[in-house]
Amino acid sequence: MIDRHIYPEGLVVEEHVVFRLADLCRASGAQPQQVQGLIDEGILVPSGAQPDDWEFHGNSLARARIAIRLMRDLELNLAGTAIVLDLLAEIELLRSHPQRD
Amino acid sequence: MEFKDYYATLGVAASAPQDEIKRAYRRLARKFHPDVSKEPDAEARFKEVAEAHEALIDPERRAAYDLIAQRRAKGEASGPLPAGDPGFEFSGRGAQGDFSSFFDSLFGSGAAGGRGQGSDHHARIDIDLRDTYAGIKRTISLRMPTVDARGLATFQERELEVSIPKGIRSGQHLRLSGQGGKVANGPAGDLYLEIHIREDPVFRLDGRDVYFNLPVAPWEAVLGASVAVTTPAGAMQMNVPPGSPAGRKLRMKGKGLPGKEAGDLYAVLTVVAPPAITDEQKAAYLALAGTFADYHPRAGLETDTND
Repeated sequence: MIDRHIYPEGLVVEEHVVFRLADLCRASGAQPQQVQGLIDEGILVPSGAQPDDWEFHGNSLARARIAIRLMRDLELNLAGTAIVLDLLAEIELLRSHPQRD
Repeated sequence: MEFKDYYATLGVAASAPQDEIKRAYRRLARKFHPDVSKEPDAEARFKEVAEAHEALIDPERRAAYDLIAQRRAKGEASGPLPAGDPGFEFSGRGAQGDFSSFFDSLFGSGAAGGRGQGSDHHARIDIDLRDTYAGIKRTISLRMPTVDARGLATFQERELEVSIPKGIRSGQHLRLSGQGGKVANGPAGDLYLEIHIREDPVFRLDGRDVYFNLPVAPWEAVLGASVAVTTPAGAMQMNVPPGSPAGRKLRMKGKGLPGKEAGDLYAVLTVVAPPAITDEQKAAYLALAGTFADYHPRAGLETDTND
């Protein structure tokens, strides 16, 4: 039987959501020690000094998900993952400015 | 159920050693990984490659798969291993990923254990650029693994009508609280929808700003013109100032993607010359050439002999 449901309005994660460490792990599928690695590499930048105080901007979800996919599927290490993310951002920028002036 | 030739997917022989399987996987994974690949069917191809790798890289799974393939080649029944078939007990290293029912029938699907709270799920929705100007309702179909009271994993079909707010950008996520995985005792997880805006043939996105090329005739660019255009923000009249060079950007403030800080809409002028077909049209170009005999369109590229 198909369950039908109307969900009126979702939250735009990148604009209205701040993640605690446990929320980010659950949403991205990353383990806490993987998140620690992403922070050490500068891929994720939480505010707050202690892990208990960490708050992650909503765009951390997409970054964490891409990072752990790359590490798992292509067996990249953290440094390799960081440079792939930087290059992907660069490609995105070049694509949206086909003729820069 | 469709039999899958995992060796063909990876492009290796059935006798290939493990390291060759690994190499083939890595090469294809780099090529088709949906996060880095621009191949049109990257996602589907990567799934096949990842599934083939998962099946073959583990010696236990590979041996079981080879047995099925041999039986099938001899015309014996294909399909799952008979229950109690000796020698094939998987050591519990669960396969990770979303694999085909063929894979699941061979190796079992790793049912997620309930750890107090349902897991968060992800899905992707493609929308058109116009939809993000207006906002849109979408009905999505979801097939979710659910763990029932006896701890058995079943699939549940669900349909969910979702309002996608206007101004959402490509790559952003919507969170629907409590719409993720459910467990018998404990709160449900959340559902995350990744929004993807399909590429538009005319309008390009740059963050919140939207660009399009506005072709104008040479006399419109030189003398100025008022031109009517239809944009995702609606029909509008645009003023091309006299003496506009090709590449000039005309900005319509606040007509980009809507939102608290709305983006801008930019028309980028391109000057297009009409073809001359009739004698009269050719004469008009010749008259133009005569009038502008001193015009040097290629300054910097010309040889010095004429100047």
